[in-house]
Amino acid sequence: MAIADQTGKLPAIDEIFEPSPAALMRRRMFGHAGCVIGGGVLLVIFLMAVFAPLLAPHDPLTQDLTNRYVPPVWDAKGSWEHPFGTDKFGRDYLSRIMYGARISLLIGFAAMLISGVIGTAMGIAAGYFGGRVDLVITFLITTRLAMPVVLIALAVIAIIGSSLAIVILVLGLLIWDRFAVVMRSAAQQIRNLDYVAAAEAAGCSTWRILMTEIMPNVANALIVVATLEVAHAILLEAALSFLGLGVQPPEPSWGLMVSEGKVDMYFKPWVIAIPGAALFLLVLSINLMGDGIRDVTAPENRS
Amino acid sequence: MLVYTLKRFGVAILVAITVSIITFSLLRLSGDPAAALAGESATQEDIEYVRKQYGFDKPLPLQYLDWAVSAMQGDFGVSIYLKQPVAEVIRERAPITMVLGGSALTFALLLSIPLGVLAAMRPNTFIDRAALTIAVFGQALPSFFFALILVVIFGIQLRWLPIAGNATWLNFIMPAIALGYYATPAIMRLTRAGMIDVLASDYVRTARAKGLRPKVVLFKHALRNAVIPVVSVSAVQLGFMLGGSVVIETIFAINGLGRFAWQSIQRSDFLAMQAIVLTFAVFYVLATFFADLLNAFLDPRIRVSS
Repeated sequence: MAIADQTGKLPAIDEIFEPSPAALMRRRMFGHAGCVIGGGVLLVIFLMAVFAPLLAPHDPLTQDLTNRYVPPVWDAKGSWEHPFGTDKFGRDYLSRIMYGARISLLIGFAAMLISGVIGTAMGIAAGYFGGRVDLVITFLITTRLAMPVVLIALAVIAIIGSSLAIVILVLGLLIWDRFAVVMRSAAQQIRNLDYVAAAEAAGCSTWRILMTEIMPNVANALIVVATLEVAHAILLEAALSFLGLGVQPPEPSWGLMVSEGKVDMYFKPWVIAIPGAALFLLVLSINLMGDGIRDVTAPENRS
Repeated sequence: MLVYTLKRFGVAILVAITVSIITFSLLRLSGDPAAALAGESATQEDIEYVRKQYGFDKPLPLQYLDWAVSAMQGDFGVSIYLKQPVAEVIRERAPITMVLGGSALTFALLLSIPLGVLAAMRPNTFIDRAALTIAVFGQALPSFFFALILVVIFGIQLRWLPIAGNATWLNFIMPAIALGYYATPAIMRLTRAGMIDVLASDYVRTARAKGLRPKVVLFKHALRNAVIPVVSVSAVQLGFMLGGSVVIETIFAINGLGRFAWQSIQRSDFLAMQAIVLTFAVFYVLATFFADLLNAFLDPRIRVSS
């Protein structure tokens, strides 16, 4: 590129230096409305979860039977003492929502990590090796899809008993299917490209090819699936807790809070509306992030 | 075509058998059916007696074979909770869940295909954005929460629809919507992407150049090709809906398989759980099997290549 163009003016600094891929990615992310909004809301919820002990106005488990069903602050009878009101035991709803965010995020991320490792390993093996390996793994994916997640999770948790670790483990072992499907087709596409053939010709070990040629090139697709699976796991945890077989009382899981408020929802709609809206916002922000990352990293696949 | 059908059917049966083995081992390894059957107040001797009586003391593979042989003859044992043969209960209740799943899928398709087509005809306009927004919001709403919102609005406040039971078709409206809306984003996006591709293809341009009416081009030439991936995804979504029916049938007190599953789970009714998971798996396998056949029928390329 010429340092000065015909008009004799010096070009701006970023016309000379091309922005690095990372900077370009950052710029695209901040220019994408879904990414910014989703990321912003997610950040707020994340900070709220991390700093819950500092931020929460009350203890989430302390009962106060003289202050049951205090309506939220936007109600005529509400007060700032309990901005989101209190539940049937007089526990502060805002504090429970803040602590509940910890449970949702923890389960979402941990279950995603477990299922991500399983699904990615299976998908990449199927896509890269093809042949019989692919046949067996495709069969395993089909079999997994034929077993309804909610039903299997409920049955297993009902028998072994429920705890945070068990919910994470059961969900993680069940929801690897989307990772496997997406990683399989991504690996299939890359497998036939020249640089993989070059690495093979150069005598690289299979493990090295998988790690240095395949993995970096499926990373974008992996991040997108990982994001969506966090949301999926959070929704499943909420459904399990709603049915009473997920997180156990008195812990403040949002799904459990909706379930506990169910009997009172006709006259005190906020008891289900607040945790329900929190779940909706969290999952919405994660999904917006996921869609945004997909648009930014693979503009050619934008739909 | 015959070879293709037979091959697909073979895989379907293999999947069903594998599911039954996995479920069997999963349930037996995570708990003791004899203790569950004997009840909470049973002594150790009672449990041992039940274990012998039901053959729970045999090695697992042998137990599975016993179960599989009687299952093949249509005998799934007796439900602890309902004191009725499991096979009979499933025969009674499966049609209810089928109706629910069928109407949920119909609702999802009726909503998502027109929206997807509209969005594809006018990409990046207000209609497209609105359809996309519906999809994104829909995917974030937990179905049990959505079901409760429907109950409060249409059941309690407006009093338009019954909130519990499965007596009339009116009972199925809210559950079908609560179960079906979750599938709409996926189907809508797929329809939109497929239609955009197809509308830009050569044969659609040829059809237009021939002077065919836009309606004929859209429905006969474009949509038929665009819905091919939708058929497969609908079958998979139907499978998800069967799983979701556990939650929705419990909320709306519909006496289908989902609620039976929930009741059996609460009572550690091993025999019933095994049979229900197998039934759901068979439904799913059959749905995807017929979806593949329908695809082969719609798209001759699939028939020829396999």
